[in-house]
Amino acid sequence: MEAPVKVFGPLLSPNVTRVILCLEEVGVEYEIVNVDFNTGEHKSPQHLQRNPFGQLPAFQDGELMLFESRAISRHVLRKYKTSEVNLLREDNTSEAALVDVWLDVEAHQYDPAIAPIIYQLILVPMSGGTPDQKLIDESLEKMKKVLDVYEAQLSKHKYLAGDFVSLADLSHLPYTVHFMATPFASVLDSYPSVKAWVHDLLSRPAVQRVISQFPRY
Amino acid sequence: MSTNVARVLVCLEEVGAEYEVVNIDFQAKEHKSAEHLARNPFGQIPAFQDGDVVLFESRAISKYIIRKYKSAGEAADLLREGDLREAAMVDVWTEVEAHQYNPALSPVVYECLIYPAMRGVPTNQKVVDESLEKLRKVLDVYEARLSKHTYLAGDSVSFADLNHFPFTFYFMATPHASLFDSYPHVKAWWERLVARPSMKKLGATMAAAAAGIKQA
Repeated sequence: MEAPVKVFGPLLSPNVTRVILCLEEVGVEYEIVNVDFNTGEHKSPQHLQRNPFGQLPAFQDGELMLFESRAISRHVLRKYKTSEVNLLREDNTSEAALVDVWLDVEAHQYDPAIAPIIYQLILVPMSGGTPDQKLIDESLEKMKKVLDVYEAQLSKHKYLAGDFVSLADLSHLPYTVHFMATPFASVLDSYPSVKAWVHDLLSRPAVQRVISQFPRY
Repeated sequence: MSTNVARVLVCLEEVGAEYEVVNIDFQAKEHKSAEHLARNPFGQIPAFQDGDVVLFESRAISKYIIRKYKSAGEAADLLREGDLREAAMVDVWTEVEAHQYNPALSPVVYECLIYPAMRGVPTNQKVVDESLEKLRKVLDVYEARLSKHTYLAGDSVSFADLNHFPFTFYFMATPHASLFDSYPHVKAWWERLVARPSMKKLGATMAAAAAGIKQA
């Protein structure tokens, strides 16, 4: 039987991973449809119909076509929410607000610091280039300043939005999983609350199901 | 006025909430004071307080405001949270503003208006030209979308549309405003937005603040 939920893009692409993690958390059946970045398939007319910016992922749920991984993730967690899996907290105004705050922090503070490190260390060598060490060093400095704030927050609360796990926490995993496989993972040793939070998230069964499919570096 | 502060004020105006704006003196580095860091640990603006609730990140603040004032008529529909499909479309185009539109358009605003006024530095034309190229590609997508729908998420205004106001308002004060003339549906959408009472009111405040900065 054809799965009604389709994710377009490779599992390893961090924005695709974000969506897959949410699908695994809510336990919904889905199909991953590969889109070949190397052949420019993401810019094909067929893919542009799904994502007019020619990016990954795109997503289909019945007749609904979506793009932008954080919007897709919200839809998945909203539609397939259960009494056990409530990762947006939209039934509680102040909890939902804190989820939104830390999801925006992920997008606007954490991501810009960590993504260049991953691209330089992993993606650039894959296409035969040389990592830009200056950019890596600058990004690490930015990341440490961001981690100072996270350390303060996570020493007061088990998770970012409070004592409940949410999309705000999970949204950090795609790049963080790759980061933990680089030599810079030891940066986290100076941030014990952050390190404990990362390990807690990585041990979630849904997360394990996804990252067990990643190649080991 | 800070664009991210204006983002929040538009939503407060749309829902008809009473509010107070407490100035943070950027020049005096007040945004990095211990008092402000307690509200926004990244030392940025805005921060927001509603009783015991203290928030930061302008889009998160704005959504809190819209949800809290759910009973206020049309404002109730700005997030469409009663309908899965419509709520998803609001989320998609809110993300598009944050990750596609703003990164292309805001450098033009910074280079043409903000940096010259606040730091006395000349416009970096290379940055402006590269950003305008990116913005044209983004507006191609918007033109296609807005030729099918009156607003970004559907046929009534939503949070996704409102998010575009602050930076676009300032863009229209740069020498590159006429770029929008090549995108008739986008231009018509923009003109519908700025006719809204919330934006007329804030636009007047923002223009006055910008004039004040230029004279300083």
